[in-house]
Amino acid sequence: MTAIIALSLFGISNLFWGFWFPRKILQILTLLFLAIGIGLTAMDWNHELLWFGNMFRTTNTSINFSLIIQLAAFLVVALSRGFGADDEHTHPAEYYAILLFSVVGAILMVSFDHMIMLFVGLEILSVAMYVLTGSDKRNLKSNEAALKYFLMGAFATGILLFGITLVYGATRSFYLSNLANIIATTAPESMPSFLYIGVILMLIGLLFKVSAAPFHFWTPDVYDGAPTIFTMFMSTVVKTAGFAALYHILSGVFGGIYSTWVLTIYFISMLTLIIGNVTAAYQQSVKRMLAYSSISHAGYMLMTVSAMQSSSTSTVLYYSLSYTLATVAAFAVLILVSEYQTGRKEKPEDYSSFEGLAKNNPGLAFCFTISLLSLAGIPLTAGFWGKFFIFSDSFNRNIIYPVILAILMSAVGIYYYFKGIIAMYFKNGDIEKIEVPMLFKIALWFCTIATLVLGVYPNIVKSLF
Amino acid sequence: MNLLFILFFPLLIGAYLLIAKPKHAFIISLSASILEAIATGFVLYNINETLLPITFIQDWIPEVGIQFSLKADGISGILIGLCALLLPFIIGSTSNTEKANHAQYQGLMLLMQSAMMGAFLAKDAFLFYFFFEASLLPIYFLASQFGGENKSAITFKFLIYTIFGSLFLFIGLIFVYLRTPGATHSADIETFYLTARNLSAESQGYLFLAFFIAFAIKMPIFPFHTWQPDTYTTSPSQGTMLLSGIMLKMGTYGVIRLIIPMFPLGIGIWGNTAIVLSIIGVIYGSIIAIQQKDAKRLLAYSSFAHVGLISAGMLTQSFDGIQGALYQMLSHGINVIGLFFVIEIIERRTKSRDLAQLGGITQSSYALTVCFIFLSLGSVALPLTNGFIGEFILLKSIFDYSLILGVVAGITIILGAVYTLRLIQKSMFGNVSRITTEFSTLTLEEKMVLIPLSIFVLLGGVFPNAILHFSEESVMQITQLLK
Repeated sequence: MTAIIALSLFGISNLFWGFWFPRKILQILTLLFLAIGIGLTAMDWNHELLWFGNMFRTTNTSINFSLIIQLAAFLVVALSRGFGADDEHTHPAEYYAILLFSVVGAILMVSFDHMIMLFVGLEILSVAMYVLTGSDKRNLKSNEAALKYFLMGAFATGILLFGITLVYGATRSFYLSNLANIIATTAPESMPSFLYIGVILMLIGLLFKVSAAPFHFWTPDVYDGAPTIFTMFMSTVVKTAGFAALYHILSGVFGGIYSTWVLTIYFISMLTLIIGNVTAAYQQSVKRMLAYSSISHAGYMLMTVSAMQSSSTSTVLYYSLSYTLATVAAFAVLILVSEYQTGRKEKPEDYSSFEGLAKNNPGLAFCFTISLLSLAGIPLTAGFWGKFFIFSDSFNRNIIYPVILAILMSAVGIYYYFKGIIAMYFKNGDIEKIEVPMLFKIALWFCTIATLVLGVYPNIVKSLF
Repeated sequence: MNLLFILFFPLLIGAYLLIAKPKHAFIISLSASILEAIATGFVLYNINETLLPITFIQDWIPEVGIQFSLKADGISGILIGLCALLLPFIIGSTSNTEKANHAQYQGLMLLMQSAMMGAFLAKDAFLFYFFFEASLLPIYFLASQFGGENKSAITFKFLIYTIFGSLFLFIGLIFVYLRTPGATHSADIETFYLTARNLSAESQGYLFLAFFIAFAIKMPIFPFHTWQPDTYTTSPSQGTMLLSGIMLKMGTYGVIRLIIPMFPLGIGIWGNTAIVLSIIGVIYGSIIAIQQKDAKRLLAYSSFAHVGLISAGMLTQSFDGIQGALYQMLSHGINVIGLFFVIEIIERRTKSRDLAQLGGITQSSYALTVCFIFLSLGSVALPLTNGFIGEFILLKSIFDYSLILGVVAGITIILGAVYTLRLIQKSMFGNVSRITTEFSTLTLEEKMVLIPLSIFVLLGGVFPNAILHFSEESVMQITQLLK
């Protein structure tokens, strides 16, 4: 819990450090702050406590999610080498401060015990993201993305808030534990029917954040328009926080009325799988492909949520972790390659920019390959076990058809992920040796090795949860 | 411990070759594969002495009951033996080419061996699946990086096709796994046997389909074979040898290890269809092979036909069928590798595989002709060659199963002779063509590969009992499960 206070203070202090320190030092400072945050979060391990007027609860699950989020933020900061150059248009202090604030919001979203806390966390995270999306001020696409994200995001938050209101009206409580009690003990007939409307509206608000179809329309444009480093941030931190919140609320509160919402989630997860995967297969741009693949992974994760097994918590955690590691590595390579290709190719983020990467940059190509394999769910990588746990959870609930659909969609996924591998290894291109900064190297190899280790020995993490 | 060694040794050397890229890759990988063959020989010797399986069990993911467990019994023994025996020849066949000291090429082959060893040794169903899938990656990179014409599209099709099939296997495995007893379940294959056999006939039918699609694509069985001729043709020779010599046996092994003991009722429903499809493949593959102009493509179709017969035989679920299938897997592996190498030798010297352009090679290279005839006769299943024993037992089991199917499948012997003899005649005999006039004789390295393989053909035909005896006990256990 102290982590939120510390990170908020660090964020504010960052604004002032910006007067004196250059970008490099700010980056190191922010990394240090996040490391402290990780340490403080880990200290709460096995202390299940309530804070802030019982609105905030630290459990081992919430700590695990917070750790994943801070790890992702740590990697993102390590990989952010200047948003553009060091000119008057960049404001590194503000960026790092906003990043830290958004991490605070994400932590609130994974550990709330009160509906208002969920809302506050979501807003802190979202507002920070709107700003970051538009941070490339001179880029028209970035501006468009920010506006689009803001308008639709604000609308979705409104829907969530409306849902919370209706649920409050039906149960007269904001506290999750109370809510769960009331919902579990009251007979379904005596519940006011607007409770269910409230539940569905809340789901819609959260599903928007995790970009599940049919609420995904903002995702490709926003992911594409935002500077790649924030796309990385969005697709890891925001997604993990969104799923944690969704899972928390569905399993913790609305578990008693499972049958009312499960069909919706089923349907949405299947739709998300189809739209995400099939559309991704048509993309020419790697960045857009990763955006659609992030939609499709939302579909897989929704399958676990709808299965709601005792093992589902650890499955969501494991999947979030493996997805985060792979996505960070994939975006990191994309940043390097597209920076190199800017000016050389018309569209530096297309598959064609990767052609021949393996010849002079075998390390980068290897990291990208492993991350794509993990996203595709091939054995030897963490993604394989993620899929395994998801499918076995779903089968435990006797969910057969969505699993078969998910299998078919995985095959489609292999198609577009391997397109990247083919471009790197089997196409001819003339990419010279790309200069990789030290922090990039460390972060990339950390993600790659962690993906492989988790793929060979998933128990390292699985036993923690 | 021995099992761990034979599983991980090629992996280590392969990874070393890939990372360090040493100059003398050929000698390193060749000696590694020979050492591996010796170590595997020791393991097999131990099994043969005691006729007891060797196991190694270690917890892997205890929360979900998945173990890192290996087991070498009579059935796995034959396949790891095949894999370890053939690799030195496959690696040896690269000698004196630019691929010999290509560290990446050699490293991928060793990685491939490790993955296939793992699939044959796995005692845990998910470990099996793990290796079954993992083996695809090295062969994919091998084929699409070093292959021939249009390699990118063809190998991509191969990759998607096979992974698509294995995903069905994956859900099938999870389905059975969740029905195993215990709080954490168990993924041990023997627990799977007991669990799956108690499922209703309907579930077993669906599960049979899920499993069979995966293995049928791997083997391949008609009508799932469309990836195979192109991939075999376009892959570099060593890739083709790995694919046809060893990798397709993962499919047949999967049928023996998983499908037959697990779903007796499922086979009751679909077995007949599967056998008919296999036999259609036998005839269809042979007829197409007869018309091929490209020698490598001809062999690809002949491999398709042979594996159809293996599949039909083992799906009869009889003791003979399974024994014959095992024996034929071994001999097919040896023959097909030798034959692909002969084609590779011809292609190296004449830059052509077109049968219309070849001819008269026997006048310049007598040794090649002799070896080629030996290997081909093994493939035709002439008595005294290893192919005869396998095909004979397989055909017997099919005859026992159904007279009509037996008669139809029996045509394979005639058709096989037609396309193989045509291959020999067009390439080795007849008039010397423009491109074969300057055909140089075999080098020492090429002889070192071809002559032992030819001797194996003969030995397998004369002393089949050593191997049949070796697998007898384990096959008996499986057939007893069926009673």
